[in-house]
Amino acid sequence: MTELTLIQGVNQALREAMKADPDVVLLGEDIGVNGGVFRATEGLLKEFGEDRVMDTPLNESGIVGTAVGMALYGLKPVAEIQFLDFIYPAFDQIVSELAKLRYRSGGQFPCHVVLRAPYGGGIKGGLYHSQSTEQLFASIPGLKVVVPSTPADAKGLLLSSIFDEDPVLFLEPKRIYRSLPGEVPDGDHRVPLGTARVAREGSDVSVFAYGAMVPVAQQACQGLDAQGIHAELIDLRSLVPLDEAALLRSVEKTGRAVIVHEAPRFCGYGAEIAALLAEKALYSLKAPVVRVTGYDTPFPYALEHLYLPSVDRVSRAIERTVRAA
Amino acid sequence: MARPSGPPRESPLSVQAVPVTSGRAPEGLTAADRKRMLRVMLLSRALDERGMTLQRQGRIGFYVPVEGQEGAQVGCAVALDPKDWLCPGYRETAVALSRGIPLRQLLSQLYGDRADLCQGRQMPNHFAFREFRFVSASSPIGTQIPHAVGLALAARLKGEKVVSVAFFGDGATSSNDFHSGMNFAGVYRAPVIFFCQNNQWAISLPRSKQTRSETLAQKAEAYGFSGLQVDGNDVEAVYAAVKEARARAIAGGGPTLIEAVTYRMGPHTTSDDPRRYRSAEELALWKSRDPVERLKETLVREHALTEEEFDQFLEAARAEVAAAIQEVEPLPPPDPGTLFDDVFARRTPQLEEQRAAFLAELPGSGGRKE
Amino acid sequence: MASSPPGEPGDVLPLPYDADSLARRVGPAWKETLLTIYRGMLLGRILDQRLLGLQRQGRVGFYGPAMGQEATNAAVAAALGKEDWVFPGLREQLVALLRGHPLPVYLAQLFGNEKDPARGRQMPCHPTAREVGYVSMSSVIGNQIPQAVGTAWALRRKGVAAIALACFGDGATSSGDFHAGLNFAGVLRVPVLFLLTNNQWAISLPASRQSAVATLAEKARAYGFSGSRVDGTDPVAVFCAVRDAREALLKGEGPRLLEAVFYRMAPHSSSDDPTRYQPPGWGEEARLHDPLGRLEPLLEKLGLVPGPARDRLREEIETEVRQAIQATEPLPPPGPESLFEDTYRHPFPPLTEERDRFDTEQGGHFP
Repeated sequence: MTELTLIQGVNQALREAMKADPDVVLLGEDIGVNGGVFRATEGLLKEFGEDRVMDTPLNESGIVGTAVGMALYGLKPVAEIQFLDFIYPAFDQIVSELAKLRYRSGGQFPCHVVLRAPYGGGIKGGLYHSQSTEQLFASIPGLKVVVPSTPADAKGLLLSSIFDEDPVLFLEPKRIYRSLPGEVPDGDHRVPLGTARVAREGSDVSVFAYGAMVPVAQQACQGLDAQGIHAELIDLRSLVPLDEAALLRSVEKTGRAVIVHEAPRFCGYGAEIAALLAEKALYSLKAPVVRVTGYDTPFPYALEHLYLPSVDRVSRAIERTVRAA
Repeated sequence: MARPSGPPRESPLSVQAVPVTSGRAPEGLTAADRKRMLRVMLLSRALDERGMTLQRQGRIGFYVPVEGQEGAQVGCAVALDPKDWLCPGYRETAVALSRGIPLRQLLSQLYGDRADLCQGRQMPNHFAFREFRFVSASSPIGTQIPHAVGLALAARLKGEKVVSVAFFGDGATSSNDFHSGMNFAGVYRAPVIFFCQNNQWAISLPRSKQTRSETLAQKAEAYGFSGLQVDGNDVEAVYAAVKEARARAIAGGGPTLIEAVTYRMGPHTTSDDPRRYRSAEELALWKSRDPVERLKETLVREHALTEEEFDQFLEAARAEVAAAIQEVEPLPPPDPGTLFDDVFARRTPQLEEQRAAFLAELPGSGGRKE
Repeated sequence: MASSPPGEPGDVLPLPYDADSLARRVGPAWKETLLTIYRGMLLGRILDQRLLGLQRQGRVGFYGPAMGQEATNAAVAAALGKEDWVFPGLREQLVALLRGHPLPVYLAQLFGNEKDPARGRQMPCHPTAREVGYVSMSSVIGNQIPQAVGTAWALRRKGVAAIALACFGDGATSSGDFHAGLNFAGVLRVPVLFLLTNNQWAISLPASRQSAVATLAEKARAYGFSGSRVDGTDPVAVFCAVRDAREALLKGEGPRLLEAVFYRMAPHSSSDDPTRYQPPGWGEEARLHDPLGRLEPLLEKLGLVPGPARDRLREEIETEVRQAIQATEPLPPPGPESLFEDTYRHPFPPLTEERDRFDTEQGGHFP
């Protein structure tokens, strides 16, 4: 065990994977000499050389397309998209190619690429360094979508993603890259994809969150203990595949659900969870499902703190749900 | 098979040869004009000085310095007509100042305050001034390039004798939108100037690793029009190149790509540490080519400027920036209710609902709405 | 090429070769090479004719003919190595067949039936042939270009003496992925050959309006490597150009762009009506450059495939095609379970639940 930050967990996972398997290669903008703008790839160029840590020209479609070609030949490329906000030139490669190659070739050309992208708000990044658009990617069959919220999960989920057999979009909550260090197991630590984590047990209400919203929700839950409200917090960790069983188990116990995400509410990932509960847990519910989300506007700069779900907003929503019935 | 080596290593000092210019002032540019240009360059530099400090002091959230590129920016902006359209990136502060956009307005954008025309919605240096035909800058690289082509075609359709200018850097030449924009401009012979400030670094990637093309200017040939490389730290050479490109565009001669070879003397932004990827020697070399110093020396040589006058200009610029900061800094942040404005022309029912709940929950709003 | 003089109907531009020049350019095995290429071209033409017919009869849903491209396709197939990888654009199906992809399997893809390795998931003419290094093609223009760069990089990294071939048309040169792919290849200096199959039309847009550049080949200069042009209706020229480029690539000389110019002699696809946009006279001009029309007189002159032998060869191929169609057409469609396979390596809920209740949802039609 070593105490690491989330970004160090990412860095360690990359290093472990590269040491374990010479087919693992990294590519992206500023990831070599500069070690990544967030330093996720710090030291890796020096350790593994230019053939395995490639600084690319400034073109995301080129990055993803090239990674696809590498994967078709059997390499395990891990591409960094500098910010999720800059992934859109590559949307075509992701939607039309990466996520479909296995299917369209009848399994002959599986295409295992990991795309790492810092995402989410909280760093005063304005419109183009803050967005959460995980729902766009979660709705594309063939792609897995993973979001860690702790340093240990960052390492364990990234290692599992790199050695998975399907393409994975690995979203890194940059707001908590450094702010919440935690114990991380040494060596080849893996957390299986598709398993949620019970971050906190409780009996009155289930709170579902992922990424940087997990610590926000955690704080809200803790604050409510004093009022006799015992909230259970589930960190989804993996949006696709979703650990449905864990969600249902929790709601069957508590009868109430609050979903927290930074992305806008409309057609957000929370809608999928709400639909799941309506389909499979309706008779367990004692109160309407509540979502606490970003607003249905582009992401602001100056008023960011009012846009993002805060501890206060989450607490009020939990309280409201519990008091409703 | 002989296994080819990986990408070749570049010397950190490998920078492109900069063409020598005549040193003669282009026609129509008087000493007085050039002194005005110098003052704008100094104003931009003074704003950079303070902007970097304000960010370090936590008074603004972020800053993008222009330092080193003032010659390219002012030379270009001055050669244009006030009615020409500008499609900037996020490092075009000196262009904005040349256009006459008030310093106060730029500062309000940096602070993201109530007087900011964009209501603090964007990060600092992402300016937008419709009145000055200065189109809203965005952070994704290169997206403005096809916009400039569209503007140019629209202007031509409307019979306006104006051009549009796309500002971008060496990194943007790799973007999809560079390719689309350049190709469309070639096919439609659009009256557009592609103004590429090759400042040698796309964050940490040197120009030599951005593309194997010998010059960026020659990329224009792939789209059937001409490109030229100009010393971007020679404000007069830039002015002359842009003037000529503009005249050609207006005469129906189609687009031009201008590669202004310059240097980013500061970091990419306040979030960047260039010592990680480039050498002190390289920086020193380019500091010896500082566009401000070069223009000053030319004017002094011509007896059009004295050292004392230059110092006064610099002090005046610093004072102007300080005064504007004093005026702008106390302004309050944008009204929270504006968060829901301008998403659509009119707020949708969902947004109205969210806005009402949001305002009711704001501290000091008189209680919660249950 | 658009300025070529119009000829009499039935005229073609002769190929300027004799036995000596062929031996010099192609090498000692020139006869075998030429015959292999010719047989391939003939197979391409006959398949196109038969399958366009099947499409009109409603027996296949769609068809994208490659008439006019036969010389390029067959010569490319002959010049490539076994370990090379092909990233097709829209009309390189013949390359897969000539690299050894079985005709009945190819036809199964067209019919979208159970013998299709891709389980009938794609439109006709989108084969996947991993066994011959032929990558699954997409309908999206240009996407394969950076992918070929990535594979070329992987080939180099694994020390395999092979190249990646990226095929794409004139329209694709406008795509973002053309720009990204060529730029990356220039910077990385990987063994990739960009084969620009310029058939002069991107559906209805002539190549002259695709870009203001004089020749598409010179776009390579913007990426720091060389581009050249070859007459794509001349199989000898294409064969030599691809072979030479491949050798240079294997020596580590960095990527190349090769533009093969020919005439699209058919509609863009079975859904297209070119009379709406092609100028009068295009068809005649195209026929002047019919690759088969140009090659057959040369073979005749060289005494390689005299008239009766040609008829026999044609019959032989027609029989092969007919038998393959007969064997493949009646096969049943892929099983409904295939709908839920290959989205992920191991499916998970809700996909598995959708699969499990599929039969009930469909009214029990798939016991």
